[in-house]
Amino acid sequence: MVKGIGAQGMTDLATRLPPYARAMGMRIEGLLDGAPLLAMDFSDRAMGRPGYLHGGAIAGLLEIAAIMALHAELGEEDKKVRFKPVNISVEYLRGGITVETFARGEVIRAGRRIANVRAEAWQADRTKPLASCWMNFLIKPKA
Amino acid sequence: MDSTPQSTAENGGGRPAIPPGMAFEPSRFGKFMMKHGHTGFVGMEYRGHGSNWIELGLPWREDLVGDPETGVLASGPIISLLDNATSMSVWALRGGFRPQVTLDLRVDYVRAARPGKTIIAWAECYQLKTSMAFVRGIAHDGDIADPVAHAAGIFIQVEADGWSRESEPKA
Repeated sequence: MVKGIGAQGMTDLATRLPPYARAMGMRIEGLLDGAPLLAMDFSDRAMGRPGYLHGGAIAGLLEIAAIMALHAELGEEDKKVRFKPVNISVEYLRGGITVETFARGEVIRAGRRIANVRAEAWQADRTKPLASCWMNFLIKPKA
Repeated sequence: MDSTPQSTAENGGGRPAIPPGMAFEPSRFGKFMMKHGHTGFVGMEYRGHGSNWIELGLPWREDLVGDPETGVLASGPIISLLDNATSMSVWALRGGFRPQVTLDLRVDYVRAARPGKTIIAWAECYQLKTSMAFVRGIAHDGDIADPVAHAAGIFIQVEADGWSRESEPKA
């Protein structure tokens, strides 16, 4: 289990979901292999060409999964810092269809100023990812 | 040989609803785009285009915010905007729709977008090859010299060669 994440931690984490994530119908389903599992139902809001997920909606879900993984990894320290995305590189592997999509982030390294996070999104089969990304964050103390 | 790809998730793509080869008129497409799906939800707007470039806008909205403490937009809608602008720039250069899928898209978030400001994305297709289209774009909130984000990406032209390896075996 991720350090600092208990039942209360999971509730706190859910409150960190930003308005954009809520508007897109993203939610935290629990922990998967120690990191927050994000889920998003298919909806018109996430559709690109008819019948397929929009690439930007997939990238948005990957980003939220990466952000939530970092919140969870920082644990108690999370309250003292702010972090902002520096960059992201998304690779698209398969088209997303009209079913529920999941995503999970993995903090590769959370250093003193930079955090490197990877995330993957999939639908029915976790071994067949739709897309993956790496993402870097700048960590700063709260003013 | 049948060069039309199957509309399955297995081949990483599918057939767009717009008939391939149809002339591309960005302003009309922009109006269609504003009303439907993800682009409609985030509120993308067509602003202009040229022979190989497209400009789209995304007005600030409270439910697209990523940090409620500051009101800064989430990066998700910005990446969606850059995805659409870069992909439309390929069609602008081709002068017609062709099925294409994003191979990869990299975005550098240069600075936070100012709350309340419309994000403008300018994107161009700088190299169009048989199978691949290379694109880049800039997102800003009023001054393109002071960008919010930079993007670089590649789109695969699905039907480019009329050839493809058989799709991966079904599980």
